[in-house]
Amino acid sequence: MQFLDFEKPLEDLYTQIHKLKEMSAKNKVDVSNSVRELDASIEKTRSQIYDNLTPWQRVQLSRHPDRPYTLYYIEKIFTNFTELYGDRQVKDDKAMVGGMALLNGEPVMVVGHQKGINTKMRQLRNFGMANPEGYRKALRLMKMAEKFNRPIITLIDTPGAFPGLEAEERGQAEAIARNLFEMVNMKVPVICVIIGEGASGGALGIGVGDRVAMMENTWYSVISPESCSSILWRSWNFKEKAAEQLKLTYKDMSSFGLVDDIIPEPVGGAHSDPEKTAETLKTYLTNAISALKMISPDDRITQRIEKLSKMGFYDETVTADNGTPAQIDAIT
Amino acid sequence: MSSTWFRRSKKGILTTTEEKKETPDGLWHKCPQCKTTATVKELHDNLYICHKCNYHNRINAKEYFEILFDNNEYKLLFENIVPKDFLGFVDMKPYGARIEEAQKSTGLKDAMTVGHGKMNEKDFVVACMNFNFIGGSMGSVVGEKISRAIDYCIKNKLPLMVISKSGGARMMESAFSLMQMAKTAAKLTQLAKAQLPYISLMTDPTTGGVTASYAMLGDINIAEPNALICFAGPRVIKETIKKDLPAGFQRSEFLLEHGFLDFIADRKILKQKLTTVLEWYMIEPAGTH
Repeated sequence: MQFLDFEKPLEDLYTQIHKLKEMSAKNKVDVSNSVRELDASIEKTRSQIYDNLTPWQRVQLSRHPDRPYTLYYIEKIFTNFTELYGDRQVKDDKAMVGGMALLNGEPVMVVGHQKGINTKMRQLRNFGMANPEGYRKALRLMKMAEKFNRPIITLIDTPGAFPGLEAEERGQAEAIARNLFEMVNMKVPVICVIIGEGASGGALGIGVGDRVAMMENTWYSVISPESCSSILWRSWNFKEKAAEQLKLTYKDMSSFGLVDDIIPEPVGGAHSDPEKTAETLKTYLTNAISALKMISPDDRITQRIEKLSKMGFYDETVTADNGTPAQIDAIT
Repeated sequence: MSSTWFRRSKKGILTTTEEKKETPDGLWHKCPQCKTTATVKELHDNLYICHKCNYHNRINAKEYFEILFDNNEYKLLFENIVPKDFLGFVDMKPYGARIEEAQKSTGLKDAMTVGHGKMNEKDFVVACMNFNFIGGSMGSVVGEKISRAIDYCIKNKLPLMVISKSGGARMMESAFSLMQMAKTAAKLTQLAKAQLPYISLMTDPTTGGVTASYAMLGDINIAEPNALICFAGPRVIKETIKKDLPAGFQRSEFLLEHGFLDFIADRKILKQKLTTVLEWYMIEPAGTH
């Protein structure tokens, strides 16, 4: 088990249990009572820690090496998944996966960022940072889904779109912009779920939909806390502060109306019980799709545009007839 | 070897600081690229282009409107939309103070100015970013003004141009600034459905979330010469790949070569080019009504 720095009290308790069990095996002493007590205190400590997570701790959890990634959820939630490769232009991007699948027997299209599960795979997957090809592959698959009237599900988990030389050469900005434009106009239901990291344009590039949901221990922001710290504080040491200021947690994002739904995770994070997490996600997707199917394609598109149009905060001064400007709080 | 008639009698600069003659500010301009000097008047008359090396100096909405709109006549739109610090964002300075400072030093409300005027006698709406306002960063006001400009164009059946000049999304508005990308893209789908032309003019610099949304979504994408146009900035890329970047990387000419621009327009021919292009879009085909 891997423990994060703030899980230190938990780690200590697990170490104690481990030592007790070792001792009991060696000395043939019954320690079950002590173990039970320790187990209880683990549960208590865990709840305490997880009830009071700071924004930065959520960022840490979203990056936990044991956290389930897109392909894990695909395997657990869908059947008959056929992965489809390539953007039909340049290459296949391993940081973005997608394909046709069945959800409760119903055909859907799934696309998502994919991170690697070990050092070798992490490199192959480019740490979940997609190139333009990834966004274009995603769009190709989404267009096909639209053509055959299949709902689209996107799973978002990226530290950002890849800032590379070739990525720029092949139009990273254009690829993301195009996806935003096209996703707004998709005639089929589109559901986007942030399952890990939701960094900036790289996340938004597959993140425009009828329903956008965040899992509990994820973050969604215009920039990662580290980069924000380095730019605004001119130092890497303010990442905790930046994480707070950026208001990047599910609580803030849903209270702002920037995401529609929240998907709970088990206490201890998605990685503590991946199967249960997948089940929760499946229930969410199932319900969301059946709700969205009740709405006509045109209405869905209109609602999507209306929802996005309302995002923003500003003051709107109105000059009244008598010439005195009045202040009204605009929509947020 | 040395003749005495030009030898300095005393060494060093002898003028005391108090006696120094000040050159009046803003009378001369030195080209940042070739260091040639020109008077401010000459620069203005040459549309802020260096007469020697063709460097396009960064200018803002006021200057672009003067270049594009006939007789410098136009109506400013949505000036009543002003930024606010909704999140209470504080880095080394509170965002609210940054806004106030920028407003004071620029006389602008935010980084976007929208104008409706006539260009060679044809109605035209231009939304232009101001780089001098917090690095031309895109926050809620920028998104909302584009959004309203689109509504205005649809209502009045007018073509739209956005002049981009931006350091990217405004971090101090966090996810709200990110969502302006989706918001402006969404509104542009409506303009497209109304079959009204959308021209994107990218100027130095156009970066980040601005490039990855409305700047790249033009019916035609054009740029001024040698403008930096990118998603990730050169410094970030250099740090990532740990290699030097090729000369001209991410400049207008590079993007044209790689197929992301329709053409590059020198500022001096911009008005004429745009007029020609808009005519193609707006002319009623013969024999139809």
